[in-house]
Amino acid sequence: MDLSHSPEEEEFRARLRQWLGRVLPTLPPKPSPDDWPGRRAYDMGWQRMLYDAGYADVHWDASPTTRLIFLEETEKAGAPYVGAGFVGLLHAGPTIAAEGSEEQRARWLAPILRGEEVWCQGFSEPDAGSDLAALRTRARRDGDEYVVSGSKIWTSHAEVADWCELLVRTDPAAAKHRGITWLALPMDAPGITVRPLRTLAGSAEFAEVFLDEVRVPVGNRVGDENDGWRVTMVTLSFERGTAFVGEVVACRRVLRELAAEARKNGRWDEPELRRRLGRLNAEFRALWRLTQWNVSEAEASGGVPGVGGSVFKLRYSQARQELYDTAADVLGPDALDLDRPWVLDRLSSLSYTIAAGTSQIQQNIVAERILGLPKGR
Amino acid sequence: MRFQLTDDQRALRDGVRALLARRFDREALWAAVDSPGRLDRALWRELGEAGFFALRVPEGDGGVGLGLPEAVLAFEEAGRVLLPGPLVATHLAAGAVPGAADGSVVVAGVDGALVEWLDAADVVRGDAAGAVALRSVDPLTPLHRTPAVAVTDPVAVLLTAAEQLGTATRACELAVQHARTREQFGQPIGAFQAVKHLCAQLLVRAEVARAAVYAASVTGDPADIAAARLLADEAAVRGARDCLQVHGGMGFTWESEVHLHLKRAWVRAQRGGGRTESEELLAAELAA
Ligand SMILES: Cc1cc2nc3c(=O)[nH]c(=O)nc-3n(C[C@H](O)[C@H](O)[C@H](O)COP(=O)(O)OP(=O)(O)OC[C@H]3O[C@@H](n4cnc5c(N)ncnc54)[C@H](O)[C@@H]3O)c2cc1C
Repeated sequence: MDLSHSPEEEEFRARLRQWLGRVLPTLPPKPSPDDWPGRRAYDMGWQRMLYDAGYADVHWDASPTTRLIFLEETEKAGAPYVGAGFVGLLHAGPTIAAEGSEEQRARWLAPILRGEEVWCQGFSEPDAGSDLAALRTRARRDGDEYVVSGSKIWTSHAEVADWCELLVRTDPAAAKHRGITWLALPMDAPGITVRPLRTLAGSAEFAEVFLDEVRVPVGNRVGDENDGWRVTMVTLSFERGTAFVGEVVACRRVLRELAAEARKNGRWDEPELRRRLGRLNAEFRALWRLTQWNVSEAEASGGVPGVGGSVFKLRYSQARQELYDTAADVLGPDALDLDRPWVLDRLSSLSYTIAAGTSQIQQNIVAERILGLPKGR
Repeated sequence: MRFQLTDDQRALRDGVRALLARRFDREALWAAVDSPGRLDRALWRELGEAGFFALRVPEGDGGVGLGLPEAVLAFEEAGRVLLPGPLVATHLAAGAVPGAADGSVVVAGVDGALVEWLDAADVVRGDAAGAVALRSVDPLTPLHRTPAVAVTDPVAVLLTAAEQLGTATRACELAVQHARTREQFGQPIGAFQAVKHLCAQLLVRAEVARAAVYAASVTGDPADIAAARLLADEAAVRGARDCLQVHGGMGFTWESEVHLHLKRAWVRAQRGGGRTESEELLAAELAA
């Protein structure tokens, strides 16, 4: 067991740190959380800077350890989060890289890396959330095109996306998991209506997407027709396996800020609260170690992260909610003021045990796929 | 960075596991339960000869010359099988107390306000004057209370965390085994989601604790060690409890070994100043 880094890795870290120190002060001010066009421009601008400096493909081509260093350093330095680039960089891109044709990789990967194209994820439907394979959005083959009709829901930042990783049913007669296909849907195609939905935090973070006879070239299909479920599992393993890594570093920073705030407002003298912060320190240290363990394991086995991601996601989503509940205790009555720091974070943390597969579903996955317990009905 | 067991570490772990399977199987466990307070001296010496106590003593001083990560793996295995005796105290005494390293001498130590295995020990480290015997909740750990309160070595805290990790892992295995085989309503109880989720959480707690314990063994950092102990205590205590729940009525019987894991986890959770000390240390680290 080794937690030290090679000279090359340390050199990468030092170079990155230096670069961050130079460019971060030049960034424009962050747009408001409600301003999605503004956020898109900001996040893509940042991605372009990473690209120009040679850091853009760190999520895909670099070794997992290098990626870990990248996420650690950017977060520590307070660099922008992937934001609108989340789906493209962290799961659609890696899926296309792993499963797409040569032509598809050439068409879609570079614009993601250069911060030119934003992706969203069209998996969930009104009647197919946890039971994702129950999806009903249909795609009928018509010559060189699929004609798609149906609707998607909870599609994060759909209004500013150029592309959507879309799951459709291509064979209604096949068994539930069999007749599904993974398509890249251009969001400007005729027949698409995006209706923003307001989240409990008050902003339009996600949307409903209606598809009415939308024509998608057959060449936009990743993987074989009716083989989309397998491709989806690849996407989800990226989503759960590596997509949250940087956030653990962020939580550790928030914890230090909370301790400082508690010392300022006198709550630090309450042993119970102080010890809760200590307990959370243990929690996030352990989650960081688990991240390093999982990354080393992925590095040893090569390629797609395994179901161990579900173990991490379960614990992390719960810890993150505890963190912001504790923040509320540190703040006292100020925790009811939306203008105070951490209050919006507390609201958004409520989604963590739901989005990307609920905690109940993750527990089923751990029990059935890791522990080998029988499948329930 | 390669935060995975090396081949040598894997071999060491498998070796300790094989030795314990041979020398401390279920039968030996129940024999120990049936003769409370008696320590198997032959087994102790065998552990000594295998290098269990001298693992971290430098080779120049006749030890094995390995480090904390290896010790943690060995203690995890001991924890898994509920190996009785003042393992941590004797291990820490190796190199300092003659005979501790080779297992010919049994060393007990004062930890907080408690001493384990006082009567069976040849040597006691720390001030045990005025110690009073308790009727120990754990049939495999005789306990005394002492008026003097001793400070605990972080290494002792870490090795205890490793034992807790062993218990957590074992509790998960026992629960899953039972959930796969016990049938109710015409199917294995493990097909029911309520049971499935108990098992999933057993694994999650154990794996989070494992990462924390192994990392602390590599860094030796006091805050990492404190974190490891908190996570490992939780994984062992909650894990053994949930394992008992999965076993239903059978889990509440003396004959099932589940209660032995829970009771031992409770004993270990008292070591090193208990939870409070570790939480305070980690809080102070945040404010530093
Ligand atoms: C902020 C946010 C962003 C999202 N972004 C996207 C996105 O970009 N693209 C996308 O496709 N989707 C997205 N989602 C959707 C998300 O993946 C689903 O919400 C999630 O999978 C749950 O589905 P559901 O909402 O239909 O809830 P349901 O499936 O209706 O579940 C409701 C409750 O029932 C429980 N439940 C359901 N089935 C079972 C079962 N078998 N066993 C035990 N309990 C069960 C669930 O755990 C949950 O508690 C997002 C969600 C959120 C909150």
